[in-house]
Amino acid sequence: MRRDLIDVQTAPRPGRYRALVVGAILLAGLVVGAKVYAVDPTQLPDPKLQERYLALTHELRCVQCQNEAIADSPAGIASDLRREVRDMLLAGKSDEDVRNFMLARYGDFVLFRPRFAPKTAWVWLTPGILLLIGALVSWRIVRARSALVPLDTEPLEEDLSR
Amino acid sequence: MNRFALPIALFALLVVVLAIGIKHSPDKGVIASPLIDKPAPQFSLPSLADATRTVSTTTLRGRWYLLNVWGSWCGTCREEHRMLLEVRRSGLVPLVGLDWKDDDAQARSWLAQLGDPYEVVAVDHDGRTAIDWGVYAAPESFLVNPQGIVVYKCMGELTPEVWEKEILPRLQKRQAATS
Repeated sequence: MRRDLIDVQTAPRPGRYRALVVGAILLAGLVVGAKVYAVDPTQLPDPKLQERYLALTHELRCVQCQNEAIADSPAGIASDLRREVRDMLLAGKSDEDVRNFMLARYGDFVLFRPRFAPKTAWVWLTPGILLLIGALVSWRIVRARSALVPLDTEPLEEDLSR
Repeated sequence: MNRFALPIALFALLVVVLAIGIKHSPDKGVIASPLIDKPAPQFSLPSLADATRTVSTTTLRGRWYLLNVWGSWCGTCREEHRMLLEVRRSGLVPLVGLDWKDDDAQARSWLAQLGDPYEVVAVDHDGRTAIDWGVYAAPESFLVNPQGIVVYKCMGELTPEVWEKEILPRLQKRQAATS
């Protein structure tokens, strides 16, 4: 029977399971290993502060190893900047104070999510403008084509044959 | 043909915008300093030569200086050193060193071995002053005017080209202004 044939062909051979198991182990290693290899052991006394600390260190960019957050970077300057964040939070400063502190020293570059300012406005606005242009173009095409519908008054061939 | 005119024009515009972006983007990894044309961050740090003395920005006020951030652990600083000695010999602007996260003894032996181009060296053990100045990799140099305003920042090695193209013209402008 045809069905049997298909089943035989697609039945997994023993080797396939092995690949799956190895893959699962490697994936598990990624999940667990992420915690083992964390660069930053900082633990603030208050869980609320700790949460803010983690959020801030993940949104601030390491200035030396430029595609990492300071939370993830083993560079010396990153750990210095983490210390600044920690001390400022412990001193009761707000998240905005910390961001402004970094901005004043390292500029817009340090924020993975740039502020909305005259200099960075285009970063935020361009996608919206492009989307708007796209919407406008498709709207015009749809309108032009729907205007053709009432003009198409000839009966279909199918109808004629009746 | 006409219906393609607009898309092609838009594409051409995009190419031009991206080309300008690539051409004018700063060297990879260089972060423009927000400190330019702003008051130099204040510091008051122990001197490398004599830890009982302090080096502070208030005493540096009233004259030009070139703040050079270095460390004996920094390889590029070694390459830069010869140029710093040249600057010292020129006598055009005093060099103020900021010894960043360094070991004092090693820093002293570095200067003893290679020559000391600095008028004075401030010691920044914990790296806080460097952060105030937006330093992220040594060497870096800041040209500060008598009003205490940062007028130029050189990231990386201070090369003869940087000296001639960026620093000398700014120093000469000052002479023109005072004479």
